[in-house]
Amino acid sequence: MTISRPARIVLRILFLLGLLFIYVPLGVVVVNSFNADQTFSWPPTEWTTEWWQKMVENQGVRDALVSSIIVGLIATAVAMVLGTLVALALGRYAFFGRDTVSLLIILPIALPGIVTGIALNNVFTSYMGGLTFLSILIGHATFCIVVVYNNAIARLRRVGTSFDEASMDLGATSWTTFRLVTFPQIRSSLVAGAVLAFGLSFDEIIVTTFTAPPNIQTLPIWIFNNLFRPNQAPIVNAVAAALVLISIVPVYLAQRLSGNAAHAGGRI
Amino acid sequence: MSTVTPEAPSDGAPAEAPQRHPLASWFYRHPRTRLSLLLLLPLGWLLVVYLGSLAMLFVTAFWQVDSFTGQIERAFTFDNFVEIATDPAYYQVALRTIGIAAAVTVLAALIGLPMAFYMARVARPSHRALLVALVLTPLWASYLVKVYSWRTMFQPETGVIAWLLNPFGLDSPGYGALATITTLTYLWLPYMILPLYAGLERIPDSLLDASADLGAHTGRTFRSVVMPILWPSLVAGSIFTFSLSLGDYITVQIVGGKLQMLGNVVYQNFTLNLPFAAAVATIPVLVMVVYLWAVRRTGALDNL
Repeated sequence: MTISRPARIVLRILFLLGLLFIYVPLGVVVVNSFNADQTFSWPPTEWTTEWWQKMVENQGVRDALVSSIIVGLIATAVAMVLGTLVALALGRYAFFGRDTVSLLIILPIALPGIVTGIALNNVFTSYMGGLTFLSILIGHATFCIVVVYNNAIARLRRVGTSFDEASMDLGATSWTTFRLVTFPQIRSSLVAGAVLAFGLSFDEIIVTTFTAPPNIQTLPIWIFNNLFRPNQAPIVNAVAAALVLISIVPVYLAQRLSGNAAHAGGRI
Repeated sequence: MSTVTPEAPSDGAPAEAPQRHPLASWFYRHPRTRLSLLLLLPLGWLLVVYLGSLAMLFVTAFWQVDSFTGQIERAFTFDNFVEIATDPAYYQVALRTIGIAAAVTVLAALIGLPMAFYMARVARPSHRALLVALVLTPLWASYLVKVYSWRTMFQPETGVIAWLLNPFGLDSPGYGALATITTLTYLWLPYMILPLYAGLERIPDSLLDASADLGAHTGRTFRSVVMPILWPSLVAGSIFTFSLSLGDYITVQIVGGKLQMLGNVVYQNFTLNLPFAAAVATIPVLVMVVYLWAVRRTGALDNL
């Protein structure tokens, strides 16, 4: 389609406006983390690094960060196993009910988080003796499966089955074929899936609110609990700014690993 | 025409069958068993943990809390649903929530379509990866941080929007429906752009050239060629923007002021009256099931 020059210019302007819409609020958070005014009056008139220092020294923030990392690592590990298995099943076999299974996998992120949250909360509190560390893990692993699955199945479709068939024709068993042929082909997509799953878990708040026991705070829960306390505002803002800057890491990693820009959005 | 001559006569007699472990050969001959073993763990998890919990929640929606003891009475009743349907306070919240989710979806499509179009069709191919990364990076900034950032933007009197509008004698609209819709659009925008971009990138140039050769102008090509192909992607994007807005209650708490959405009603009721909260929670699920069922023919589900 030949697009006229004025149309191109209009599209470019709209795109740049869209980027402004995306980046201005995040930029404001980062700039405000150096704003010396406790109420974040805009524009800032005086500057300070005090809030960053206070954030680093804050024990609540440190504990929450550790909890988030532990939950994220274990949930990712569980999701890796389950997501890879189901991707192999759906990517390599045709069977009755395959579409239903794929719908079932996306359901935990397609349905509103609050539904997943209270459904799990109900089961844990009414039938399994209350919320524990394990209940957070189960909740997180459930919605992380889809991310690993999406990355793995996209790769499985792309590489096709001819190498697997050749391996089997040459006498390799299913396991040997998986170990020496299939796995090396999908390995980088699995790592990308793991990075994205960890990111998703690290960021999650709704399901976590309903599955976390009162004594465990993940970082998002800590932020939410302190958001409406005026004297904590500067530290909350510093944490927010730090998270904005850190968020560049997973996208960069996933992009390097999957080699496809569009897959960096593999969280959907 | 040349014929292909095989290097060796393939008379169908294979060389000696390779030696396999008996168990391995058994698995080889039983693909169904292999499939079942692959599916056992993940399906078991999703069915028991996830669908099981959803089913329990659904059952709970038909129970009631004894107003005297506060205990859940496990006797089947439609009372919770009757209350939602007849109490204006509740069905208005439901309608408002669906309205907000629809507004967010339309806004995200309006902002996302030109952006995706620019990325996929106008920008130089060598720049595309970078542009995609630019649009997607904020997806990884924490959800809560993004909502928080709009709280500082909309902050009355001293926020950024107030600062921008003050020269015109206006103040920030403050926290409310507008702030909520803006923030939700902001949150879910990448989920709309990504499928649109992927859909636009897939359209072969030859199709567009053919349309132009047959005399169609840019607008006509867009309407008659691009949009029908892009429709499933648009629907796929809308599934996320719509569903994610439908169940949100944290954004509303942070930037919505006194605004109430379905999620808030669920959240407020779930400790004291779980059956009622469960009944309210079935509304977004029902809306989503109807929505997914309605769009399944478009092939949008393959674009997720």
